[in-house]
Amino acid sequence: MKITKKLALTMLSASALGSTFVSTSAVATTNLSMWYHGAGNVVEARIINQIVNDFNNSQSDWNVVLESFPQGSYNDSVIAAALANNLPDILDVDGPVMPNWAWAGYLQPLKIDKTKIADFLPGVKGYWNDKLYSVGLWDAAVALITRRSILNDIEIRVPTIDSPWSQQEFNNVLVKLKATGKYDYPLDLGLAWKGEWFPYAFSPFLQSFGGDLIDRSNYKTAEGKLNGEDAIAFGEWWQELFSKGYSPGNSQDPADRDNGLIEGKYAMQWNGNWAALNIINKFGDDVLLLPAPDFGHGSKIGAASWQLGVSSTSAHPQGASEFIEFALQDKYLAAFSDGIGVIPPTKSAAELTKNYKKGGPMAVFYDLSKAQAMVRPVTPGYIVEAKVFEKALADIADGADVEDTLDSAVDEIDADIQRNSDYSH
Amino acid sequence: MKKNSVLAQHNKAGWIFATPGFSLMVLFIVVPFILAIVFSMTNQRLMSPNKAEYVGFENYANMLDLGVLVVGPKVDANGSVLLDKNGEVQYPKLRKFTRNNPDYPNVQGMKEWFSFTWGDKKVAIMASDLVFLKALINTFTFVLFVAPLQGALALVLALLINQPLRGIHIFRSIYFMPVVVSIVVVSLLWRFIYDGQNGLLNNALSTITFGYFEPVDWLGNPDTALGSIMAMSIWQAVGFHMIIWLSGLQTISPTLYEAAKIEGASSWQTFRFITWPGLRNTAVLVLIVITMQAFSLFAQIDVMTNGGPLDSTQTIVYQTVERGYGKQDISGGSAMSVVLFLIVLSISLFQRYLTREKN
Repeated sequence: MKITKKLALTMLSASALGSTFVSTSAVATTNLSMWYHGAGNVVEARIINQIVNDFNNSQSDWNVVLESFPQGSYNDSVIAAALANNLPDILDVDGPVMPNWAWAGYLQPLKIDKTKIADFLPGVKGYWNDKLYSVGLWDAAVALITRRSILNDIEIRVPTIDSPWSQQEFNNVLVKLKATGKYDYPLDLGLAWKGEWFPYAFSPFLQSFGGDLIDRSNYKTAEGKLNGEDAIAFGEWWQELFSKGYSPGNSQDPADRDNGLIEGKYAMQWNGNWAALNIINKFGDDVLLLPAPDFGHGSKIGAASWQLGVSSTSAHPQGASEFIEFALQDKYLAAFSDGIGVIPPTKSAAELTKNYKKGGPMAVFYDLSKAQAMVRPVTPGYIVEAKVFEKALADIADGADVEDTLDSAVDEIDADIQRNSDYSH
Repeated sequence: MKKNSVLAQHNKAGWIFATPGFSLMVLFIVVPFILAIVFSMTNQRLMSPNKAEYVGFENYANMLDLGVLVVGPKVDANGSVLLDKNGEVQYPKLRKFTRNNPDYPNVQGMKEWFSFTWGDKKVAIMASDLVFLKALINTFTFVLFVAPLQGALALVLALLINQPLRGIHIFRSIYFMPVVVSIVVVSLLWRFIYDGQNGLLNNALSTITFGYFEPVDWLGNPDTALGSIMAMSIWQAVGFHMIIWLSGLQTISPTLYEAAKIEGASSWQTFRFITWPGLRNTAVLVLIVITMQAFSLFAQIDVMTNGGPLDSTQTIVYQTVERGYGKQDISGGSAMSVVLFLIVLSISLFQRYLTREKN
């Protein structure tokens, strides 16, 4: 008994000595922990590791240690870590979720000079209560992807950013495409993708009709915005897309979502820049990347993707901000764009990429992002608004009464805002 | 006295051995459960800078409040009742009464659950949390179908594989295989089987009926979605209960069967008077386990339908998770789980009572 005790004590003191030794030798640099959502994506991991290595080698004050999570469980991990008071220094956050995390006290404002990001696309700058909390290394955009030959076939003009299709023209396109009988469905909206895809991809339609998820003048109610006349008009149009067989509904096969356009099952697809590359590789110059139809209040798409921020518990916000600023160099922005197809947030970075430089096959996404992108409501209540909107759209697509469904959605959003004391707006 | 002290010593060792298990159970079952009860009385959020406040039974009220709304038919300027194209009486939309109407404070913000006509009036039963009530009904429907069907099917399978035949182990493994596969994987696979466009089930049915069968969007149709999930759930877990039945069958003494044979009993008589009474305790166990498992239906819904279409596959546990984590409303989710606990508790007590030893 005594011997073991002694042994344990020796071992303890030895390890204590060891750790003192390590920490004294590393006193010059301070470790910064960083969490990232891209585990499983080889290309993304390679680029982010490159940035971390370059940063660690560029100076001797900080040493960033990266930990990757799969995207599906990333938000849960952060929330669990925050509840356990165990957040890393640097973390990445989905743009529309940022206000919620900032409000809940998970994030602190960045110590980055705003002039440094002056010419960044608006969607990648995460402002909440006039403070910059996060910056994105890229943006994403959505377009109507189709082929010139398909439109020529039905003798329809090709819309441009300055002159998108009107609602009537767009409906006409659907009718004509359906009449050809060549396709399972004329338009693939991607209802196979659940979750954030719904508010990201479809709330711009609602905004183009004149409605919104919430009244953005005060963020205190959705009444009149999500169930007003414009929103009801949107809901009825949305329902017809499915009841008249223009688009596959909620039970769309995910494999068809990925390959339906390429296989010729669909004539058009509402999809993001990340999916365009495959289609361009298959059809080349025939591919058209078109702006959303204008339903009365301009053609609109969503903005904001994943962004980097500094946690509220970080003891070294200066170093964390320095790392984020380091990552904002054009060469890294261009590397992400080339690697995973995302939109570079500056014009100068875009010129370095093969897809988004002037005349590049996906340059139109940059222009769409710049001209039409609208951020999702910048409010901590967005999390609930997004869920409620998703369910309302899914129900309407399945044939639920439009007015009643939108009313219910408004009630749920308003009740949530009230229960959270207006989310400090 | 001495005997007692020996017992006490053994007891002590027993408690020491049990401590790790007990403390884990307390930590992960008892503590969260008490927390759920506490949270359900507050407005606790998953993440919020605001302090949680005591709100009493507000969460329960929001969940379970019902109201009745009686509306007269639409009339024209002369006071005669308006009929629609099919000659049916028309009623005004209920949103006129439930939204910001000071004359009807008792149905403010409620939704129509179901309605019937009484004379020329329409009586609507209104609910403040319609989705939860639908989840409640769906969960009960699921249990009512799955518990007896799964139990019976498992017994049939157990009787089939309880025979001393060559290669019977192969059948045992085949029937048991789905249990071993994760329910998430099984759900993903069955989504392909149920696919409305080119799913295996539609193709098979169409082949069998020489093309007469019209393809059905099994998971996309409110009439078939819950049934499809039931069928798949029964198939997935039936092997587990089959094994329990099997172990019950093997505790029945072979001499009883020999005696029955000598007496000239038919196989039905053998089952009725030897097998079934011998399985009494197993039956109680199987029934209670299936019921409790069926009440916690979640993964299939999460993977296959997300509660849709039109709430036809909402379940209590899915709603609990959706509310507590998805919408960050821990208090609302806790209240639901407490309600679920009370339901499951009373049902198991009732089952215990029905299957008690009658002396």
